[in-house]
Amino acid sequence: MLPKIIYTAKILCYTFNTKDPILTRGEDMIKKEMIAMLLAGGQGSRLGVLTSGVAKPAVAFGGKYRIIDFPLSNCINSGIDTVGVLTQYQPLLLNKHIGIGIPWDLDRNNGGVTVLPPYEKSDDSQWYTGTANAIYQNLRYMESYNPDYVLILSGDHIYKMDYEVMLEFHKENHADITLATMPVPLEEASRFGVVIADQDKKVLEFEEKPEHPGSNLASMGIYIFSWNILKEALLSMKSQHNCDFGKHIIPYCHNKNDRIFAFEYDGYWKDVGTLGSYWEANMELIDLIPEFNLYEEYWKIYTKSDIIEPQYLSSEAVVERSIVGEGTDIYGEVYNSVIGPGVYIGKNTIIRDSIIMRDTYIGDNVSINKAIIADNCKIGDDAVLGDGDEKPSRLNEKVYEFGLVTLGEDSVIPKGVKIGKNTAISGNTDMSDYDNNVLESGGYIIKAGEKL
Amino acid sequence: MKALGIILAGGNSNRMKELSKRRAVPAMPIAGSFRCIDFALSNMTNSHIQRVAVIAQYNAGSITRYLSSSKWWDFGRKQGGLYTFTPTITSDNNWWYRGTADAMYQNIEFLTRCHEPYVIISDGDCIYKLDYNKILDYHVSKKADITVVCKQMPQGEDLSRFGVIRMDDNDRIYEYEEKPMLPNSNIISAGIYVLRRRQLIEMLEKCSEEGRSDFVTDILVRYKNAKQMYGYMLNSYWSNIATIDSYYKTNMDFLQANVRKEFFKDYPKIYSKIDDLPPAKYNTGSDVRNSLITSGCIINSKVENSVLFKKVFVGKNCVIKNSIILNDVYIGDNTHIENCIVESKGTLKANTLYSGENGITVVQERNTRYNI
Repeated sequence: MLPKIIYTAKILCYTFNTKDPILTRGEDMIKKEMIAMLLAGGQGSRLGVLTSGVAKPAVAFGGKYRIIDFPLSNCINSGIDTVGVLTQYQPLLLNKHIGIGIPWDLDRNNGGVTVLPPYEKSDDSQWYTGTANAIYQNLRYMESYNPDYVLILSGDHIYKMDYEVMLEFHKENHADITLATMPVPLEEASRFGVVIADQDKKVLEFEEKPEHPGSNLASMGIYIFSWNILKEALLSMKSQHNCDFGKHIIPYCHNKNDRIFAFEYDGYWKDVGTLGSYWEANMELIDLIPEFNLYEEYWKIYTKSDIIEPQYLSSEAVVERSIVGEGTDIYGEVYNSVIGPGVYIGKNTIIRDSIIMRDTYIGDNVSINKAIIADNCKIGDDAVLGDGDEKPSRLNEKVYEFGLVTLGEDSVIPKGVKIGKNTAISGNTDMSDYDNNVLESGGYIIKAGEKL
Repeated sequence: MKALGIILAGGNSNRMKELSKRRAVPAMPIAGSFRCIDFALSNMTNSHIQRVAVIAQYNAGSITRYLSSSKWWDFGRKQGGLYTFTPTITSDNNWWYRGTADAMYQNIEFLTRCHEPYVIISDGDCIYKLDYNKILDYHVSKKADITVVCKQMPQGEDLSRFGVIRMDDNDRIYEYEEKPMLPNSNIISAGIYVLRRRQLIEMLEKCSEEGRSDFVTDILVRYKNAKQMYGYMLNSYWSNIATIDSYYKTNMDFLQANVRKEFFKDYPKIYSKIDDLPPAKYNTGSDVRNSLITSGCIINSKVENSVLFKKVFVGKNCVIKNSIILNDVYIGDNTHIENCIVESKGTLKANTLYSGENGITVVQERNTRYNI
């Protein structure tokens, strides 16, 4: 009898001694060295009608991709298999695109991709009011992976970057925060957060969008935080209104003398925030050997591919200096353009210097010059886009410039109309929307979505 | 779905010559971005068949490599799944698969352990699009023991490599000749069969007892009058890849708008393994006419009436005519290619001429590749 009693007593000891390894989770707990938080909730209002129905990270880029494919592919190529994607503005297409992360191999038993929308709480429910506020609202998500480092990314840049190299830099310097930076022309530096660093790349000064920048080293909006530093900063700044990394968190950490380092990146990086830069970045892909090369073997960009068939070029087709996506049928002529998957281009149609996104149908005898045409549009026969002289846009001069014609998704252009430059069209338009079949340069027709 | 699927992907075809050296026919690339077996697999998944077995033997590695993940065809499920069977040594068998019936008999446990009442058997080297539910409905309505999908071939076609069938007015098959020298009908078997699972197990067991091994000659031909065997006429596109000519012709068929519409545009779609290649790129000097171009291609010159598969690089001042260029081929400058099939992963030197005379030539070039 005696041994049994001792045994029972031992079990009781185990049960009540909370320090015992059986009862604390300790080493068995999920552990990820670095997880990524991808901010994908932005509207990107300077992309005009392109983002009236979709979030900027879900806008198509480079024929078959969407902008968010670049940071997501960078993550998996850098060995990061746990990514939280923070969504807010128009998330439907984004959610569909990401799904469970299969294209990026982010469908994991442990980790993988998680879409994190704003949610209701028992008190103080709010939208994501700023970049840091959005991360703050997902502290529990990050905590569940018990990370050493957290990588903060934004979902609207085109670049290839090995975050592992940046993490090595972070560790070598025993940094608390590492900012990815790159040199930009001094006159443009005032659009960015500007960093002044010493020889060892330790950040001496950080200014968000300064009027008179003291350096040309711009912050790319990519940060590695040591987890305890991030958590402490987010909790201390939680009542800050519109809490933002560049405006609040970095200055806060800088003031309390955290070790902040600037990691210098020297590859291709493009902020496709305006229609002009978006158009330009697409056009750069057409160059004989593009600066941003999608054809490299060792750093693939992954995307959801639901159209896989080959493209067909008919006997009358001419395609030069262009890239063309899967399943597209071309019967007309295409020069200097980026054509997405599943597009149809009719006979005698001529397309120059344009971006045509997926599943768009373009009829016969159409002429398109310098246009950005979003997903799933229909353009009737004999229409002319990008005609006449440039005039400033009457809708928004700062958005619709560079002489571009911009069509939002699901737009319909009736047969035979003429559309000028710096124009914007969104929605199903018919003849009655046009004056004598003409939309003058600088004009707009918005029948769907918001006027941006 | 009330059926399970079996795809026969084991055989070799000597008439594919060099092309079948490195792969089995079901793993042959087709129409730019597909492989032969994609069509049978996609038909199965689109017909809501959840449990599919692929039986491989000749160059089985090419098939198992291609089927390394079943998620592209949506078979990665808790219910059912995709099974690949290759010959194996067990305590009571150490033979290779001696024929299609033997191959199924050696995996009879797969059949006995399932609960689906019907089995759909398809060849893995046929290009077609078909909802198997239609045949199953036909099979049930005819109270058939076996239904064979049939295809009417054009007059004058050489049918000596097919099973030739004659049916009565009620579509009952009363004559079935395998690979006859002198066919007396132009209706052939399309290599797609439906029968009850119990029936199949019984036939396979009997077949094995008698030491027979082929599903067509030892089962279908012998049972044609003993069992209720009906033919289902297939009216859509169907092609079998067994010879170099049929392979060339099938690829070229995809240059026709109606074939492309049927396979590429009409619902449901054909699925394939995703390679994550960038869009095709046309540089200055490219002049592509009546051709299929697949993603990952970079083109700098003239291409006419041809099918370019994935990741083909065409240098400057080349002429490619009436040819098929398989995956990952590099073509140097000033090269002229006409009536050829260029084997995959080849590297063609600049300033060379390849021309198929009296038919199609298969080009295999393994030069060192420097750029890209």
